[in-house]
Amino acid sequence: MIQVGLNHFLVLSAVLFSLGIFGIVTRKNAVMVLMGIELILNAANINFIAFAKYGNFGYQGQLIALFVIVLAAAEAAIALAIVLNIYKTFSTVNVDEIDTLKE
Amino acid sequence: MNIYDAIFYLFAVVTGLSAFFVVTTRNIVYAAFFLLFTFFGVAGIYVLLGADFIAIVQLIIYVGGILILLLFGVMLTNKITSVQIKTGTLQIVPAAVGVGLFAGFLIAVLTYTEWKTVDTALPLTTTEFLGVMLLQEYLVVFELLGILLLIALIGAASIARR
Repeated sequence: MIQVGLNHFLVLSAVLFSLGIFGIVTRKNAVMVLMGIELILNAANINFIAFAKYGNFGYQGQLIALFVIVLAAAEAAIALAIVLNIYKTFSTVNVDEIDTLKE
Repeated sequence: MNIYDAIFYLFAVVTGLSAFFVVTTRNIVYAAFFLLFTFFGVAGIYVLLGADFIAIVQLIIYVGGILILLLFGVMLTNKITSVQIKTGTLQIVPAAVGVGLFAGFLIAVLTYTEWKTVDTALPLTTTEFLGVMLLQEYLVVFELLGILLLIALIGAASIARR
């Protein structure tokens, strides 16, 4: 095995990103779609921090990763509020069946 | 193979496998708990990359906050007493083929690109530098994020209570 370097982290984040995409396109439950989005955000964060270490950018990459985590928290809160509202209106969170804005 | 590599492969396997189970398991509660292991694995990766503060933030916000929020979402949107907490999937084969091709392409591009790398030594602690940067160069972004979080909080509460 070769020495762990930048490429290893990039490949890991590519795998996480692809799995997130897979979860988003195959799952019917809206909460599962949110989990796929969280996987994708984590993949992006790994890239930021890997380049912060290997790209000689100082701490800016880590700071951006911090901002991404904050945005992910805000996104999860809003998205779950919307999902709860959808569930109240349609009694389901299946993203296949919800195709209207009103009942 | 030194200990750094061994720990990297351990965390990479934990992260990748649990992420795989997140997107493939039928039970949505299991998926949420596999997501827990994914977040732990990613936090370990952050530590290996010398980002100790980000790793702790990852544990506090993702594991302590977002995952709990997702679990609440699961519990509140399923009729637990009557229906099994199962979630259907659709179009698995085309999605797997498409995502597989995409992942192969992405990994090939990432692997064959000649990145200019400078392997900086691992700093002992990053918290001090991050704090100074946050309150000097990135002060505006920091304040904007605070306002954004406040807006998100109020918005989520008002949407959910409607």
